Amino acid sequence: MGGMTRFDTNPTGGAANAVQVRGLVKHYGETKALDGVDLDVREGTVLGVLGPNGAGKTTLVRCLSTLVRPDAGTAVVAGYDVVKQPRQLRRTIGLTGQYASVDEKLAGWENLYMIGRLLDLSRKDARRRADELLERFSLTEAAKKPVMQYSGGMRRRLDLAASMIGQPAVLYLDEPTTGLDPRTRNEVWDEVKRMVGEGVTVLLTTQYMEEAEQLASELTVIDRGRVIAGGKVDELKAKVGGRTLEVRPAAPEQLTAMARALREAGLDGIAGSQVDAGEGLLYVPILSDEQLTAVVGLLAARGFGHRAHRTHLPSLDEVFLAITGEKTSEAAAETVTPDSPANNKHEEVAA
Amino acid sequence: MSAATVRPRRRRAREGGARREGRIGLRANLRHIGALARRNALQIKQDPQSMFDVLLMPIVFTLLFVFVFGGAVAGNGKQDEYVSYLVPGLMAMMGLNVSMAVGTGINEDFQKGVMDRFRTMPIARSSVLIAKIVVEVGRMMVAFAILLTVGFMLGMSVETSPLHVLGAIGLSLMFGASLMWIFILIGLSVKTAQAVQGMAMLVLMPLQFGSSIFTPPSTMPGWLRAFTDYNPLSSLADAARGLFIGGPVARDVWMVVAWAVVITLVTAPLAISKFRKKT
Repeated sequence: MGGMTRFDTNPTGGAANAVQVRGLVKHYGETKALDGVDLDVREGTVLGVLGPNGAGKTTLVRCLSTLVRPDAGTAVVAGYDVVKQPRQLRRTIGLTGQYASVDEKLAGWENLYMIGRLLDLSRKDARRRADELLERFSLTEAAKKPVMQYSGGMRRRLDLAASMIGQPAVLYLDEPTTGLDPRTRNEVWDEVKRMVGEGVTVLLTTQYMEEAEQLASELTVIDRGRVIAGGKVDELKAKVGGRTLEVRPAAPEQLTAMARALREAGLDGIAGSQVDAGEGLLYVPILSDEQLTAVVGLLAARGFGHRAHRTHLPSLDEVFLAITGEKTSEAAAETVTPDSPANNKHEEVAA
Repeated sequence: MSAATVRPRRRRAREGGARREGRIGLRANLRHIGALARRNALQIKQDPQSMFDVLLMPIVFTLLFVFVFGGAVAGNGKQDEYVSYLVPGLMAMMGLNVSMAVGTGINEDFQKGVMDRFRTMPIARSSVLIAKIVVEVGRMMVAFAILLTVGFMLGMSVETSPLHVLGAIGLSLMFGASLMWIFILIGLSVKTAQAVQGMAMLVLMPLQFGSSIFTPPSTMPGWLRAFTDYNPLSSLADAARGLFIGGPVARDVWMVVAWAVVITLVTAPLAISKFRKKT
């Protein structure tokens, strides 16, 4: 990865920022799609931008990929200003949208070949690169089929492959798995992880906490065009609660005994455990895999029979609840105006 | 980075070199147009029905006008003469119809995600539009070939040389290509493809029929002749006809060339700038 020296260095002295956004504003009439967004993506890392529908995620990606001109603020990607140096910037980015940004009528191979040629590869190199990427994204068999015959997962993979042809330094993934089934989602995640392993910087927007946790090292939570929380995924998880273990004892009357046993054993994080007698469930916050094993092991050793246990991550709604004390703007009354008290509350929390 | 708002002025001066670095050279531009034209051509291959208009329109229109109106216009039994009058001018009409389809095509293209990808790539944005025009001119050539074949089968005569015929075809293609910019501009300005069609029809009908394509304007009332005389489609039809069957054509040829150049110079930059700004 040459050419990294041109990135602006982080004033705090850490790794350089591949993406640096300051006070980015984009209004559509009365709608404040972006209302002063600040964020950084450190080189070689994945920043997850988490937020509900309409939070401004897509507008952010469109501004950063030169599709939309921001009304105010600055954004520098790979050392290039999105407004002043769009041409140079386009050479260093890749974009995969919510909808496949490939040509439906063309075969997968033709799509990749075309993009290779548009990126100034020679015919031979464009051909080779198309073959390579189809192979890598397990699409070789579908190479000659028009994209409209592809499944949802195949389309996303082709879209990722298309974004990789130019070997971008910075890749935007705008809700890359929205609408995919869990198995296909895992496939896409694996591909993204692989790209990150190769040193690509990724800005990922998502509505799923699980996706952010899987892929991102840092998170920015946005709502109504504003950043309402941000930081390392672990820090944020500590704030909003990470995984939770849910245990259903064989006999409901064992619930309190179970909780007591855990507390007496002095295991990490047990203080945060909760008993829901109505549902007959015990909730234990999970801090690490070791702790999870210890908790399950202890319950077994003490002879508590339990019918079922499972772990789950907080949903986007739970994350928002934890950060703002409110539901997502989407989940709350859908007609909340931008200037409502609800929004002010978000600002308070952000500050 | 809040200081960024203070320094743009000084920065701009120093950025001249970097700006040029991002420029796209002519050869690269041609390569991009080629790759995008290939895309448009492959789309046609994938969806052969999209060729129906250029395959059928020339046949249907020629048969319709020759056999339904031909007798009335040229006199009963003189359909042969009418074919020679009509067919060269029909190229103007075909050109107009094919151009119109470009507007709807661009509009539909814009509803798709692939346009976003093009617009985030280091290519001149005009190349997307030019590639479309290249392929549509190809479609126009197919329409003209079928039209002339039908014309010859119905007894159309050429009194001049093949070179003149090629000249007439070239002139019609040139004018058709310039019209495409108008329809691209319309296609980028309105919301849906249907709106493009509706708006285009409003302009198309009077232009087509208020011309010398189908009948000599000598029977039209004075006020209408004032329109037909300045209608560029009349000039094109007269020029093409002259190049097929002989007669003075210089004035009409220059009129058509002038129209094509002016239309392109005015609408192409508007269309490209509209395309750039479209979000």
